[in-house]
Amino acid sequence: MAAITQPSTTSPAVNTSPFYSYQLRKFAVKAMVTMLAFIVAAMYLLPFVNMGLISVKSAAQITGNTDGNILPLSQDTYDYTDASGEVGTYEIYKVPQADGSLLDMALVKKGRQDSDFVNPANPEAGIVTVPGSWRTLEPVYALDLHFENFGEAWELINFPRLFFNTLTIAVVGLIGTLLSCICVAYAFARFPIPGKNVMFLILIGTIILPSQVTLIPTYAFFATIGWTGTWLPLIVPHFFANAYNVFLLRQFFMTLPRELDEAAMIDGAGPFRVLLSVIIPQAWPAIISVGLFHFIFAWNDYFGPLIYLQGKPALVPISVGVQVFNFQYGPRPELIQATSLMAMILPLLIFVFAQKVFMRGVVITGVDK
Amino acid sequence: MSAADQSRAAPFSNSPKQKMTQRSDLARQQRIWGWVFLSPWLFGFTVFTAVPIFVSLIFTFTKFSLSSDDPIRFVGMDNWVKLFTDPVALGALGVTVKFALIAVPVGIILPLSMAALLNSKNLWGKTLWRPLYYMPYMVPAISSIFIWQSFLNGDTGWLNRVLRAVGVQEPPNWIQNESTILFAFLLIGVWGVGNAMLTMLATMQGVPTELYEAADVDGANGLTKFRKITIPMISPVIFYNLVLSVIGVMQYFVVPYVITRGTGNPNNSAYFFNMHLYKTAFAFFDMGYGATQAWFIFIIALVLTIGMFVTSKRWVYYASGDQ
Repeated sequence: MAAITQPSTTSPAVNTSPFYSYQLRKFAVKAMVTMLAFIVAAMYLLPFVNMGLISVKSAAQITGNTDGNILPLSQDTYDYTDASGEVGTYEIYKVPQADGSLLDMALVKKGRQDSDFVNPANPEAGIVTVPGSWRTLEPVYALDLHFENFGEAWELINFPRLFFNTLTIAVVGLIGTLLSCICVAYAFARFPIPGKNVMFLILIGTIILPSQVTLIPTYAFFATIGWTGTWLPLIVPHFFANAYNVFLLRQFFMTLPRELDEAAMIDGAGPFRVLLSVIIPQAWPAIISVGLFHFIFAWNDYFGPLIYLQGKPALVPISVGVQVFNFQYGPRPELIQATSLMAMILPLLIFVFAQKVFMRGVVITGVDK
Repeated sequence: MSAADQSRAAPFSNSPKQKMTQRSDLARQQRIWGWVFLSPWLFGFTVFTAVPIFVSLIFTFTKFSLSSDDPIRFVGMDNWVKLFTDPVALGALGVTVKFALIAVPVGIILPLSMAALLNSKNLWGKTLWRPLYYMPYMVPAISSIFIWQSFLNGDTGWLNRVLRAVGVQEPPNWIQNESTILFAFLLIGVWGVGNAMLTMLATMQGVPTELYEAADVDGANGLTKFRKITIPMISPVIFYNLVLSVIGVMQYFVVPYVITRGTGNPNNSAYFFNMHLYKTAFAFFDMGYGATQAWFIFIIALVLTIGMFVTSKRWVYYASGDQ
């Protein structure tokens, strides 16, 4: 830095030095902006790291660990077979050597004045007696991951059943939302219906309608026809279109050239045929976005299952199941983090693999209005 | 082939009058098909939106419970009087408003800043950051609540570890402390601004570069360009997100419900209006009073939305002249 900036003040070579300092400044600005982006990303991702680490800790590694290690560490051990052929597991400590260095050694026999150690790197050397109290020695830690937490949580929470419940609700609803929203979007995009614009505004208006206002009559309705305590209230409404998805599909359908529809109609295709063979084959990106949105919504939905599946623990999806589990297993943070991770892995995988389609869908619904 | 021949030949072989009737026939047919394709929404809107809104209004003047066989009783304005004299309901409304006053501005300014950062021409690896910032939005609410509950834990949480490391003696136990619990909710909410950020970013990228070039000629600096060009040009998206976040905060439920285990404690400082509604309707099964609370929040939402739309004329810029 100094070497480059100095000539600009001392030498008259004005042609090159401003160029260099400009580049340097640009580099510095870029580095700073990128650094800022990195800090934000790190802050955003830290909670994930925390979750991941806790989910592989044992209960002992968590409790009483106020300023202890954040990593899932345990004191390292060594299995030593002594002269009589007996095998024992011994904890490893840092033991000072004659030359002042520290050597990791397993504590075989604890004593008050002196203790017996063995060097795991060289067990043939046999037992070494070291004077001094072993309590003053520093323990050696090693990574000790408890993946069995996932197995335990999996069984306690009955994950396969929760997974099946969630998947069924999501997939059947997905079929419903695709069928209905494609038809409705097709109607809005292509047909001369009187009052279409007003109806479209009403449809969009339902996006900003607070859902509470329809909640109680809807609940009362489902209760009256005996649907509470079943999946039907969570599935059937999706067969009647929803504003976000219709909007997204309609915007996409509007961009498709009408000439192709007309050509198909001239060939004698009816409206259903046009939809099936002309519109849908061109609209896969939008349809996939809608499918993903619905899947994520259904996976995430908490309030619906909470009220409609009250008292039916066998039917609840993952969101309610994980919450109930948390209320029961509050003192087992490692299991809670393990279930949280299991509950989010599928949505995250979908996002990772379908990022582009997904984000394009967000942009269409969020920007075009 | 034959069908195509017929339809192509038809217009030429018919008289003009026949052509007219045929065209109006076609238009009529098209209209009918339109209604057919629209019918799922018409039915759904009627059954799941329009009728429930009005039934809900009627419920506000009644007392009934789904758990007993008592018939619906009309009680006049009783529920409304109860609402305005119910200290728990009013307190819950207060908590909701208090939270809205922090969460809504943060929910706009933060994604706006992040979008500006990602839109900066001085950023390396743009495509890398975008999914990273967006990702927490994809985490199911229930998982993110437990992730943050652990992160904000008073003893072992990382936030307090950092605070202790930089010398804060007694960092608060965020989710068990009356004065910090709303801040904890805010952090959880901030984690999910990816969606708003993405829409703002996409709009920023669509702002014509000529505008910035013209400003460069006039010698405008980065901040001025952001204030005078970027913000006005993306104001429709800011407005849209503002409306959504106001409505969203009025429906705020899952986070406080799960974190406080439905209690709203400590000392009702996290007892949101919707938790009261949930308790009234689905724990005490007082459906009439529940509907009253729902309609009350609906009226507030309506007034705020109309207010936002009216004032939006002053600051929201629509390139095409109207919406």
